[in-house]
Amino acid sequence: MTTSSTQPDEGKPRDAAYWAQPVSKLKVSDVPAGAINLNVAGRQVVGPLQGFGPLWQKTFRVRLSGVTATPAEVMRVWKENFPKFQPPENRFYPPMTGIQPGAVVFINGKVPPWPGGPAILPIASGVMILYSDDESFTVMTPQGFPEAGWNTFSVYEEDGCPVAQVQTMARANDPIYEVWFRFLGSSKQQDRTWSHVLTSLAAHFGVQGQVQMHKVCLDPRLQWPEVKNLWYNAGARTVFYLLAAPLRWVGRLFRRR
Amino acid sequence: MSKANVTMNVRKLSDRASVVDIHGEINAYAEDVLMDAYTQANVGGAHDIILNFGGLEYMNSSGIGLLVTLLIRVNRQKQRLLAFGLSEHYRHIFELTRLNEAIRMYDTEAEALAAANG
Repeated sequence: MTTSSTQPDEGKPRDAAYWAQPVSKLKVSDVPAGAINLNVAGRQVVGPLQGFGPLWQKTFRVRLSGVTATPAEVMRVWKENFPKFQPPENRFYPPMTGIQPGAVVFINGKVPPWPGGPAILPIASGVMILYSDDESFTVMTPQGFPEAGWNTFSVYEEDGCPVAQVQTMARANDPIYEVWFRFLGSSKQQDRTWSHVLTSLAAHFGVQGQVQMHKVCLDPRLQWPEVKNLWYNAGARTVFYLLAAPLRWVGRLFRRR
Repeated sequence: MSKANVTMNVRKLSDRASVVDIHGEINAYAEDVLMDAYTQANVGGAHDIILNFGGLEYMNSSGIGLLVTLLIRVNRQKQRLLAFGLSEHYRHIFELTRLNEAIRMYDTEAEALAAANG
């Protein structure tokens, strides 16, 4: 994960070009067509220390057996096809500039309202690209996102074979999301999502990949001071936003007249 | 993918505090080295673990993840994690990832030690 085709600026650390610039609140300049610009602009980014629920580290891996591409080549393909490898209920909208540090990827997803149910509850939000180099990239979530933390997507070589990995380090952002993850099937849906992404990546290279998953609870505590995150809950805000769509439509009609 | 390219030297400064001098790169491969250093720093029951980042040459997002893991372990042992020697660049990364809200940062070892003993 330390190689790069770009030359770092003289006098700056080698990793300087890979990190996003510090931001107090997320700013949105361009919204890709089709994306709902909601629950991103003006939100602070939050890491695994800021959320409410227990802190989990989940690692998903797939060996790309027989693939001769280098980790950097696999990662290039992964970045270029990041939205395409997602399951149908998750729509990812990266910026035209691609996966670059500091960029915002909009996400319009759906989650199941009960265990095993269909994913029908809409949620619109996004993530910031925290870090991106030739063999990995990491996204960081904003306030209101279901999880507070990071997801790192990486490719490395093991025994001469590229291995693609998704590693999440995150906790539920607020108590509602904790209930979702713990009781309503969102945790399993998330597991299926990352397995789907890795399987799709493997299929792109003509490999029928077997995804290995490893979960560790790093911190079982609930962080009660973070209950205040409920105010930004993107799921609730998305539902209210969509329910209010007829009112906005009528309002626009009157303004035109 | 490169292997661990980091060394960590542990110094016992007092009954309460140990310093871990970090030289090299913090990435996913640094996990064993970092956790071994923490184990050494714990010998004698240090209350404060002070990380010296003056020799840090490279850190990626997996490296930041390792620091979170270390911080969780330290907190569970009711210890404190402090840091000094961070360049402006790495201070920015701590701010960006909001680690600065959980790891106290100081400019010098003397300041960090004074905070540990205070």
